[in-house]
Amino acid sequence: MIATATETAALPKLTNEEIARYSRHLILPEVGMEGQQKLKAAKVLCVGTGGLGAPLAMYLAAAGVGTLGLVDFDVVDESNLQRQIIHSQSTVGKLKVDSAETMLNGLNRNIKVVKHNTMLTSANALDIFKDYDVIADGTDNFQTRYLVNDACVLTGKPNAYGSIFRFEGQASVFATEAGPCYRCLYPEPPPPGLVPSCAEGGVLGILPGLVGIIQATEVIKLILGIGEPLIGRLLLVDSLGMSFRTMKLRKNPDCPMCGTREIKELIDYDQFCGIPKPTELGPLEVSSHGKTADLPIVDGIPQMTVEQLKARIDAGTAPFILDVREAHEYQIVDIGAPLIPVGDLPNQLHRLTFPKTTEIVIHCKSGARSQRAALFLKQQGFTNVSNLAGGILAWADRIDKSLPKY
Amino acid sequence: MNIHIPTPLRTYTDKQETVSVDGATVAEGLAALTAAFPAMQQHLFTAEGKLRSFVNVYLNDDDVRYLPAKEDSLVASTDELTIIPSIAGGCTLTGCCR
Ligand SMILES: [Zn+2]
Repeated sequence: MIATATETAALPKLTNEEIARYSRHLILPEVGMEGQQKLKAAKVLCVGTGGLGAPLAMYLAAAGVGTLGLVDFDVVDESNLQRQIIHSQSTVGKLKVDSAETMLNGLNRNIKVVKHNTMLTSANALDIFKDYDVIADGTDNFQTRYLVNDACVLTGKPNAYGSIFRFEGQASVFATEAGPCYRCLYPEPPPPGLVPSCAEGGVLGILPGLVGIIQATEVIKLILGIGEPLIGRLLLVDSLGMSFRTMKLRKNPDCPMCGTREIKELIDYDQFCGIPKPTELGPLEVSSHGKTADLPIVDGIPQMTVEQLKARIDAGTAPFILDVREAHEYQIVDIGAPLIPVGDLPNQLHRLTFPKTTEIVIHCKSGARSQRAALFLKQQGFTNVSNLAGGILAWADRIDKSLPKY
Repeated sequence: MNIHIPTPLRTYTDKQETVSVDGATVAEGLAALTAAFPAMQQHLFTAEGKLRSFVNVYLNDDDVRYLPAKEDSLVASTDELTIIPSIAGGCTLTGCCR
């Protein structure tokens, strides 16, 4: 299916140890000696070693994929371990690429792990991708999704794609010669804030395992050239109903990436996805009064820092604080603000009985949903609405360290 | 027809994952959906009333954008519409799950 860097004639030999290790593959006619040699010759890049990348990389390592590249710049956090099984309690606080390497080397010492401890960017993506045969996209944000897609089309590498949200997943294979790319499916990303991230929305821990292993299966099929990869098909996984459906995907002849090919180089994906430059003030820049007029503004909504809010509370001039998270999050931790989940706001407006000129500060977990809620309230005529930048997580980090973080 | 609602949008349909509506075409079905759940309007359609580009609607297993009659395609009562928004989750890089 794909041309691995090494010609079939020059496939690497298996050692006796490898023959013993891979015997269950070798006795499968569809894999066999030549297939296992193809796996050994293959170079696969896992973009992200999180929920999807963890099981993906582990199964590829176990299966004998000879070179595994890992891209991640993050550090292992306790809250990752609910699903990112490549990391463990003993590696909390370490770089994810180092933590993943430890696990993969323990699993299979015959493979080579190449660490890219960096954020994937327009500046480095093509250079990193060029050394690999297949790219597996296990990222979690739209900027990187479009970046991976475009870099795959430009370098001609297939993209084993997986994505998850709460209880649902999607998988496909993009950017093959004949098949569609991610932009054929979704020409544009949603505006920021409209779709919650999984930090905001949560995710069932086993779901990325399920979807990551589907990605791994597609990678193996692409390397071996067997079966029917998910090219031109979108697999929808519903873990609650435990139903799997496939939808037809078409290559869009007008797709600016893989159709007309008018996009010839990587672009600024933050800009493409409408992500504003970071605006949160550092602790040194906190003003003592936190006057709304001095705050950085995103889409017309002033962004208040937790230090500024704390100063206002201490000074006895606290604004009205509204929590727009879900009830089950409120049970975990709260800062004493009344709760109206963002989705209920339209039906619960009557509970805001004060004048529309009242100063309101809205908070959620990390600031995305509260920004949406602030935009909504502004639309409804409230004239003095701010967003608490960083949400209750920033409050727990910098104001009240006794609070749990989730 | 039945319309399948994806998890991110169920907040706006009283948590229902399937909504049954009447309508002879895809467009009529979606109109019935937004009439029953007005909060869906801004998530599915632009201010000009066009389906948003990051929301795909499938009639059975076909993308409505590629059907000859697009949103005017006729729908039988046994047909299913599925709304598939783009999701980015994977939980590792920027801003997520840290
Ligand atoms: Zn395309």
